[in-house]
Amino acid sequence: MGTLSKVLIVMAALGLAACNNPDRYLGGDAGGAGYDDGWGGGAAGGIDAAPLGDVRNPASPAFFQARVGDRVFFAVDQSTLTPEARDILAGQARWLNENRGYGIVIEGHADERGTREYNLALGARRANAVQEYLVSLGVSPGRLRTISYGKERPVEICSEEACYARNRRAVTVLTLSAGS
Amino acid sequence: MSLTRRSTLAALGGGLIAAAAAGPRAALAQASPPLRIEITEGVVEPMPFAVAAFLPETPGVAEAAANVARVVAADLAGTGLFREIAPSAHRGLVTSFDAPVAFAAWRALGAQALVTGAVAAEAGGRLAVKFRLHDIQTGREVGEGLRFRGGAELWRRLAHKVADAVYARITGEGGYFDSQVVYVAEQGPKDARRKRLAIMDYDGANPRYLTEARALVLGPRFAPAGDRVLFTSFERGFPRIFLLDLASGQRRALEDQPGTMAFSPRFGPDGRTVVFSLEQGGNSEIFTLDLASGRRTRLTTHPGIDTSPCFSPDGSRIVFESDRSGRQQLYVMPAEGGEPRRISFGEGRYATPVWSPRGDLIAFTKQNAGRFHIGVMRPDGSGERLLTASFLDEGPSWAPNGRVILFARETAGAGGAPGLFSVDISGRNLRPVPTETFASDPAWSPLLP
Repeated sequence: MGTLSKVLIVMAALGLAACNNPDRYLGGDAGGAGYDDGWGGGAAGGIDAAPLGDVRNPASPAFFQARVGDRVFFAVDQSTLTPEARDILAGQARWLNENRGYGIVIEGHADERGTREYNLALGARRANAVQEYLVSLGVSPGRLRTISYGKERPVEICSEEACYARNRRAVTVLTLSAGS
Repeated sequence: MSLTRRSTLAALGGGLIAAAAAGPRAALAQASPPLRIEITEGVVEPMPFAVAAFLPETPGVAEAAANVARVVAADLAGTGLFREIAPSAHRGLVTSFDAPVAFAAWRALGAQALVTGAVAAEAGGRLAVKFRLHDIQTGREVGEGLRFRGGAELWRRLAHKVADAVYARITGEGGYFDSQVVYVAEQGPKDARRKRLAIMDYDGANPRYLTEARALVLGPRFAPAGDRVLFTSFERGFPRIFLLDLASGQRRALEDQPGTMAFSPRFGPDGRTVVFSLEQGGNSEIFTLDLASGRRTRLTTHPGIDTSPCFSPDGSRIVFESDRSGRQQLYVMPAEGGEPRRISFGEGRYATPVWSPRGDLIAFTKQNAGRFHIGVMRPDGSGERLLTASFLDEGPSWAPNGRVILFARETAGAGGAPGLFSVDISGRNLRPVPTETFASDPAWSPLLP
C-alpha cells in the first residue's frame, strides 16, 4: 500500500484532523466549519461515516480495531492489567511491531462514578499501565503517548455497571507517526 | 426594648459559629441592630419582609426602578432567610423616598423588615439607586440610607449591592449577591458532550461564553481578585492549565510540558501562586507554581493519586485529596509541603476539598454506598455534616461569605446531564441555579468591588 493511501485510510478511519490533536471525539477543527454559534458541530453532533480499510487486510487499522482489539478494561478504581488485558495487549504489541508506520496514543478513561479530577488522574494511571506493558513487549517508547479523558468521553451511556465496565478502559489509537 | 423580632435559623449545626451567634442578652449588651436574624440551632422561620416599589425620581426610569426592586426582593427571598410579602399587597404605600414610613400599615401586613428605594437617571447615562432599611416593629431605620451609582447597564449590580447591604445589616454577615460564577456550559449527547467555559451573575443572569466548544474544558477557578480564571483545557490535544484574563480575554498556557498532564489548578490567596496537579508517568503529584517567575515546587511525593489541592485562606496550609490509603481521603499539609495529615475518616471516599473563605470549614464531595454528597467539616476533620444527597453531586464552591455552596448535580441514565445547585451550610434552601445549557464545575467569584 502506498504511503498516501495509507494516510487517507488512517485519517478517515480515525477521524484525526491533526496528529497533535488526539481529541478525535470532537472531530478536530471540523466543528469550526459551517457553525457560528460557538458550539461547533462535526462528529459530536451528527452522523459520522468513515471507511476503516478492509478488515481482512491484517495491516489495516480496521483489523487492529476489530481483530486484535484496541481496548482493555479495568476494575473499579484499578489500573492493574487483568490476564485478559495482557492477552489483548500482547496481540497489540505484535501488530504494532509488524506495522511500524503508526504512532500510538493510549487513551485512559474512567466511568462516571467518580469525581472529575480524580478520574482524570485515574485515566492517566490506566493509560500509563498500558504504555508500560507495550514497551515491555518491545514497542518503541518513541511511538507512544498517553492521554487521559477521565470520565469525559464515555462510550456507553447507561448508568449501570454493564456500561461502567465498558467505560473503564484504555484504548490504543493509531496515529500518523511523524516521519513515517 | 430595642431587640425585636428574631428569626432563628439553623445555619450551622453543632454550635460551630457560636461566637457569631449572639443570643438575646448578648445582642442587647452589644447594641446590635434591632432587626436581626440570629444564626443559631433551631427551626427556620423566614423573616417576613417587603420591598416597596422603588420610586422613579427622574423621567424615564420607571422600568429600571421596577427592575431594581424586583432583583433586590429576589436576592433576599432566594436566601431562604426571608419571606417576601407580595408587592400587590402594598402597592402605593410609599409615595416619597423621604416621607415618614406608615409603620402601622406595614405592621398590619405582617412585615418585619421594609426596604424602600428610589432610582434616578444622572448625567452620562448613569443610574443612582438609593435605599433605606426599616424595622417595622420598632418603627426605626436600620443603619443609614445608602446610594449606589453606576452605568445604567449595571442596574442588576446596583440592585445586588442594595440587597447585599440589607442582608449584611440583618444577618451581621457579608453579602454575596454582587458576584459572578464561572462554570462549564455543556451541550450534546452524553457520549459526545461539548463544553465551553461560561460566566454569569450569581443568579444566572447575564451569561456569556469565554471559550469555543472546540476543546474540552474543565474546572475553572477564580483568582482572589476575580479578574482572572484558571482552567484545564484539551485545546492543545492534551490537558493543560490555562490562565485567562477576563478583561482582555487574553489567555496563556501554564506548565506546557510534553508527556505530562497538568490539571486541577487553584489560586493561592496571594493571587500569584497556583497550586495544581501534575501527572508524569501515570503518577499525579501536587505542585505550586509562582506565576511571575515560572518557578515550580513539588509538594507531594507518593505513588498514590494526589489532586484537587486548595489553599487555606491565610495561605499557610493546603488541603487535598489522595488515594494513598487505598481510596480517596482528605489531607492537610503545610503550604510549603511536608507531612500530610489525614482529616477524613468516615465511611466512603472524600474528594474535591475546598476551604471556606472564612477558614472555618472545608467543603467536599463524598461518595458512599452508591450516592454522592456535598458536605462540610472543620479543618481538623471534626464536625462532618452532609448537606446533600443524589446520584451524583460534585465540586462544591463557596459563596464569598462562606454561608452558601454551589455545586453540580448530574442525573442518571442515558439522558443524564448536569446542572448547578446552591445550598446553604445548614443543608437548607437547596435550589437550582438557572442556566441556558447543561452546566458543571461552578466556581464562585469573590464579592465584586
